[in-house]
Amino acid sequence: MAAKPKLYYFDGRGRMESVRWLLAAAGVEYEEEFLETAEELQNLIKGGKLLYEQLPMVEIDGMKMVQTRAILRYIAAKYNLYGKDLKEQLLIDMYVEGMRDLYDIIMLLPFALPEDQEKNLSIVAEKATQRFFPVYEKALRDHGENYLVGNQLSWADVHLLELILMVEECKSGVLSAFPKLQEFKSRVSKLPRIQKFLQPGSQRKPPMDDAGLEAIKKIFNLEKGLLVKHSGLVLYDF
Amino acid sequence: MAEKPRLYYFNGRGRMESIRWLLAAAGVEFEEVILETREQYLKLVEDGSLLFQQVPLVEIDGMKLTQSRAILSYLAAKYNLYGKDLKETALINMYTDGISDLMVLTMGCYSKPPEEKEKEIKFILEKAKNRYFPVFEKVLKNPGQDYLVGNKFSWADIHLLEVILMVEELCATVLSEFPLLQAFKTRISNIPTIKKFLQPGSQRKPPPDDHYLTTVRKVLAS
Repeated sequence: MAAKPKLYYFDGRGRMESVRWLLAAAGVEYEEEFLETAEELQNLIKGGKLLYEQLPMVEIDGMKMVQTRAILRYIAAKYNLYGKDLKEQLLIDMYVEGMRDLYDIIMLLPFALPEDQEKNLSIVAEKATQRFFPVYEKALRDHGENYLVGNQLSWADVHLLELILMVEECKSGVLSAFPKLQEFKSRVSKLPRIQKFLQPGSQRKPPMDDAGLEAIKKIFNLEKGLLVKHSGLVLYDF
Repeated sequence: MAEKPRLYYFNGRGRMESIRWLLAAAGVEFEEVILETREQYLKLVEDGSLLFQQVPLVEIDGMKLTQSRAILSYLAAKYNLYGKDLKETALINMYTDGISDLMVLTMGCYSKPPEEKEKEIKFILEKAKNRYFPVFEKVLKNPGQDYLVGNKFSWADIHLLEVILMVEELCATVLSEFPLLQAFKTRISNIPTIKKFLQPGSQRKPPPDDHYLTTVRKVLAS
C-alpha cells in the first residue's frame, strides 16, 4: 500500500495551502509535519532534503518534491485534475497562472506594515473586481459549462474557489457584480470532497494571525523587507 | 502547412526570452511582432488578445496564449522536451521552477538604480553559487549523465543553459568551481539548433538597457 503524501511546512497557509486544497479535492489523505523552529528547518536543509533549501516540500511517490507549481502540476496530472489533453492542460495553466499575482498579494499581506493594512485590503478588493474576477466571470459565461475547462472539475476550479474565499476574507461582498462566479462558488463548494475540506476539523488552515506571523519570522529568519523585495511581486510583469 | 508561431513582446528579453530559447532549441521558426508604442499594446488589450492584459502573447495552433509559464509547459510538451512520464515531468518542473527563480532575481538587477546595483549583483551571485548551481552540478555527477533528466535532452537543459549565460553576463567566472556545469554549458551550446541561436543575427535578445526599460515603462504606462 502506498504511503500517504507528507507535507512539510509551518502550521499555516502560505504556499502550502494550495497543495492542501488540491489533495483534498482529489480525495487524497495526507500527513503533515509542522516546522516550529529555525533549527528544524536547518535540520531539513542539512539533511539534504530541500533541493533549494526552501519549503514547501512534499514527500510523494518516493520523491521529495519542492517548488509549489511543480508539486501542484504533479498532483493535478496524477489525480485527473489537469484536463483531458494538452490544450485543456494549457488552459488550466493559463487560468492558474493568471490567479497567481492576486494570490501572492493576499498571501503576503500579513508581512506588510500594520498601518497600511486597510489600504492594502482595498487594493486587493479593487484588483479582484477590476482585473481578475471579470476574466473568470467571462470565461464561465463563454464556456457555458459548470467548470472552467472541459466539463469536469480541474485544478483551475479548485484554485479559483480558494482564491475567491481568500478575497472574501479581505472584503465581503466582492462577488456582488459577478453572478456566474457566485453560482460557481456555490456549486464547487458543495462537491463532497470540497465541502468536507471546508468544514471545521479538516486540514484547511485559518488566515494568519499575529502569533503565526511571529512564528514564521523566527522559523525563516526573515529580514524585514527581504520577502517582499525578492518575492517577484516587485512589478516584473514585463 | 502550419503557420509559424508569432510572438508579441518588446524588443528585449523579459519574460519572452525563455520562450524564444525553447522554440529555437526545438528548431521551430517563429515570427515576432515588436511592441514599441502604447497604442500597439492598447490595441491588443481592446481586441481581447490578452487574457490578463499582459504580455508575453504567443499566437500558436490557432490560440492566443499568455502567461509565460503556461506557454513554456505547452511548448515543452508539444516538442517532446518534457520527459517520458509524470515523474520525469515533475523533475523537469522542479528544475525549471528553481531556475526561473534565479532568472527573475538576475533580471531584476537591471532595473535597479546604480547605487543598489552592485549589492544586488553580489546577492545574485551568492545565490547562484550557493543555492542553485550546486544542485545541478550534483545532478550531473551521476555517471553517464549528459542531460539533467532521463539522460535525454529536455527543456530543463535549455533553461539551465539560458540562466548560466545570464549569470555569466554579471560575472564571467561564476562557473569556476563547477567543472561539470562548464562541460554541460559547452555540450549544450554545441547542439546545432542552440549553436545557431547563440550566433549574431539570431532572434536572441541582448540584456536590458536603458532604452528597453524606458520603452517598457512607456508602453505599459507603469
